[in-house]
Amino acid sequence: MSYTIEGKSGPWELVIGLEVHAQVISNAKLFSGAATAFGAEPNSQVSFVDAGFPGMLPVINRECVAQAVRTGLGLNAQINLWSRFDRKNYFYADLPQGYQISQYQHPIVGTGTIDIELEDGSTRTIGITRLHLEQDAGKSLHDQHPSKSYIDLNRSGVALMEIVSEPDMRSPEEAGAYLAKLRQILRYLGTCDGNMDEGSMRADVNVSVRKAGEGFRTRCEVKNVNSIRYVMQAVEAEARRQIAVWEEGGEVEQETRLFEPARGITRSMRSKEDAHDYRYFPDPDLVPLVLDEAWVAELKSGLPELPDAKRARFMRDYGLPAYDAGVLVAEKETAAFYETVAKGRDPKEAAKLIMGDFFAAMNRLGRSIEDPPVSAADLGALLDLVADGTINGRIAKEVFEAMVETGQSPGDIVEMKGLKQVTDTGAIEAAIDAVLAANADKVAEYKSGKDKLFGFFVGQTMKAMQGKGNPALVNEVLKRKLA
Amino acid sequence: MSLTDLTLAEARAKLRARQIGAAELTGAFLSAIERLNPRLNAFITVTPEQALAQAREADKALAAGDARPLTGIPLAIKDLFCTAGVRTTAGSKILAPFVPPYESTVTANLLRDGAVFLGKANLDEFAMGSSNMTSAFGGVENPWKRQQDPDAVLVPGGSSGGSAAAVAARLALGATATDTGGSIRQPAAFCGIAGIKPTYGRCSRWGTVAFASSLDQAGPVARTVEDCAILLGSMAGFDPKDSTSADREVPDFAAACARGVKGMRIGVPREYRLDGLSDEIEALWRQGLDWLRDAGAEVVDVSLPHTKHALPTYYIVAPAEASSNLARYDGVRFGLREDGEDLIDLYERTRAAGFGDEVKRRIMIGTYVLSAGYYDAYYLRAQKIRALILKDFTDAFGQVDAIVTPSTPTAAFGQGEKMDDPVAMYLNDVFTVPANLAGIPGLSVPAGLSADGLPLGLQVLGRPFDEESVFAVGAALERAAGFVAKPELVA
Repeated sequence: MSYTIEGKSGPWELVIGLEVHAQVISNAKLFSGAATAFGAEPNSQVSFVDAGFPGMLPVINRECVAQAVRTGLGLNAQINLWSRFDRKNYFYADLPQGYQISQYQHPIVGTGTIDIELEDGSTRTIGITRLHLEQDAGKSLHDQHPSKSYIDLNRSGVALMEIVSEPDMRSPEEAGAYLAKLRQILRYLGTCDGNMDEGSMRADVNVSVRKAGEGFRTRCEVKNVNSIRYVMQAVEAEARRQIAVWEEGGEVEQETRLFEPARGITRSMRSKEDAHDYRYFPDPDLVPLVLDEAWVAELKSGLPELPDAKRARFMRDYGLPAYDAGVLVAEKETAAFYETVAKGRDPKEAAKLIMGDFFAAMNRLGRSIEDPPVSAADLGALLDLVADGTINGRIAKEVFEAMVETGQSPGDIVEMKGLKQVTDTGAIEAAIDAVLAANADKVAEYKSGKDKLFGFFVGQTMKAMQGKGNPALVNEVLKRKLA
Repeated sequence: MSLTDLTLAEARAKLRARQIGAAELTGAFLSAIERLNPRLNAFITVTPEQALAQAREADKALAAGDARPLTGIPLAIKDLFCTAGVRTTAGSKILAPFVPPYESTVTANLLRDGAVFLGKANLDEFAMGSSNMTSAFGGVENPWKRQQDPDAVLVPGGSSGGSAAAVAARLALGATATDTGGSIRQPAAFCGIAGIKPTYGRCSRWGTVAFASSLDQAGPVARTVEDCAILLGSMAGFDPKDSTSADREVPDFAAACARGVKGMRIGVPREYRLDGLSDEIEALWRQGLDWLRDAGAEVVDVSLPHTKHALPTYYIVAPAEASSNLARYDGVRFGLREDGEDLIDLYERTRAAGFGDEVKRRIMIGTYVLSAGYYDAYYLRAQKIRALILKDFTDAFGQVDAIVTPSTPTAAFGQGEKMDDPVAMYLNDVFTVPANLAGIPGLSVPAGLSADGLPLGLQVLGRPFDEESVFAVGAALERAAGFVAKPELVA
């Protein structure tokens, strides 16, 4: 059953397409050697090229081109060996050249696809129309002075990839899943950090509504939405607005709108009449970008394993269920962490430990996989201690918490705290004898048929042994003694 | 013979032979500038202290036997080349306060080779013009006078009018210039000196204020073809900072001047025989071809059928690029700012006050031809014609080694003439513009005088990156012409 919004006149379908601006990970800007680090002092990362000084000329940054090609390959897309940069002309205070260098007619990457997975387990393929490289603009700061605006050109000239989807999405969930998947792929590729709160990934959301079986109606573009949640909210808010317009007998007008998260609505930014005439034309300062097929092949062979392939491999090679595999491959770093822990060990036990106690501790402490509460090596050592019978599962939990707290290795903790599992049957028998002697009434009840009391005896024995008893041996001896 | 009368090659030889000193030579030009520049207005900015300091350094180098190609040679620098610490105006009010913190690649190359910079030469605003009358710093007086009308003030041509007038009046041994549609060759012809626009990509555009990026090319003007060759040898070279710069070796251009033209095939494009071409220009052209025949070249007819579309094509492409290139002059970061009520008002006031009429006219034409609905009809069509013009030349150069034409349809005209008719003014470029559209090298060499006693030039066009043949033909014409006339106003 496809997603619809119920209006007065019945159900409405949604048609959604996304234009995502993803900041390219590179040390230098797209056409200048200036640095690109986030959060630097205003105007500290600006070359004369970025500031549009007289006589300054752009020179393409090879690494930015490589990143765009890698991304195109990661999106199963056509790589255009011939592409071209155009100038998009408009005046704004934070656009020093008076034009943005972009790829209008001949983008570096053509059509591709992204597979998304939805809550109900179904999958959909979303088409990618194109990916092109362009320069970012600077930033206008209007809150620094009562009557003046300040300009920070640090971002001016930074390389962006604009990734345009087909209008293939039909629900807020699909839009959110698409953006999440795109971000995941970019992070895997190392071509964009995907940090939407820092502005290194932003989405323009195109939304229209229609009745079942209709062609496309007029769409509106909601600009610069900066989180996945907001994209989903913006889609719904804009769709509801358009439905209301149509149902009141009005006509949705093509325009650019802004999403206001606090109020949960979109508002008009500029109408079609105010649209700029960008006067695109080929940038005469640059020659066409011609890629060598062998170079593209080299980049292709250097691509990392992408999330879909990795998940399939985790399911196949490690025997993990789809859900677990999906969780572990969500971030490239998590997957690598898992594989370090699982290497040479029981992969399911490794998954259980990571997705259980480890994630819980990480979230509780506000740590991340890059700064984990316990190292992968220590986590593996902990699994080894369980596997070789040095400690039992129950003690492992205690050791893990001690590892989180002290940063010590599991071996040291077991040693220091004397947590080694007791496998000496003599000691176990002695402990059991004492428990049975102290609970003669319960022994009688058990023997008269109250089988459930077996667990009580196990618990008491383990307690007496400070949890260190080998559970299998404890069970075995108890069974014998109670027979 | 005074020091300022020396050619660049002669001065260089005397400097190396320690017959003259660099400071002495520079001093002679500085005093010539002091005397004549107030009248000619060839320089916007004169930098005597810097020049003398550079000359003293040159003397030290010469004394140490460390002479580079241009050590101690005083030059004028067109005020379109950014010079570190020296105001660079582009002839515009909007850049009047602009002091670049960087040195253009071309001027940096000249400094590397030991040149001395006397100052910044006047030009049409943003290099847009053929008379130097669009400069915000006033027109330049051509040092030549009509015999019949010696009181008339003639233009030196443009846009490199200050550069050409300075060299003709012996205020500099040579000068840098730029050529977008004829801005080196036309003023060289009007001022009786030589000037070459090299192949597009031969000289870096980095640090030169842009007019039309796909057409702009730097080159030298000087009194002789050989002097131009020496200067170009220093100015040219691959620059990784300019994506359109050509990664090619710089040949020994000066050596090519002595090559001769024996066995060369010289093309005469029949389409350049314009209606209304004056008899004396026609005669000079015929004379030039005879000289080359006498020197052993073969003269053949060639056809450049799309030439007639070159001028309208140029006046679409150049303004289109200019409208975008000049968007950065907005009063926000550098240059003139006229404060306004809001951002748009600031733009409007700044650009209204900062740009002159011709620049505004071309920005408007350029904006129009790129705008939605007109792009295909104008810009795109112009690009197609441009490709055909290049093909014409490629075909012609399959048959000939060089092409010879007049440089300009007329001799220098008076200040105030043609000023009310932009289209008549644009016609000045009719012979020069095709080379810019095709990106090929073109040289103007003084070849004779008009009936009025004004210099006339012949133009030599060559294959891309074959400036050597152009210099060979130009030098042969120069030798045959024996052009020794001097302007009225001379240091």
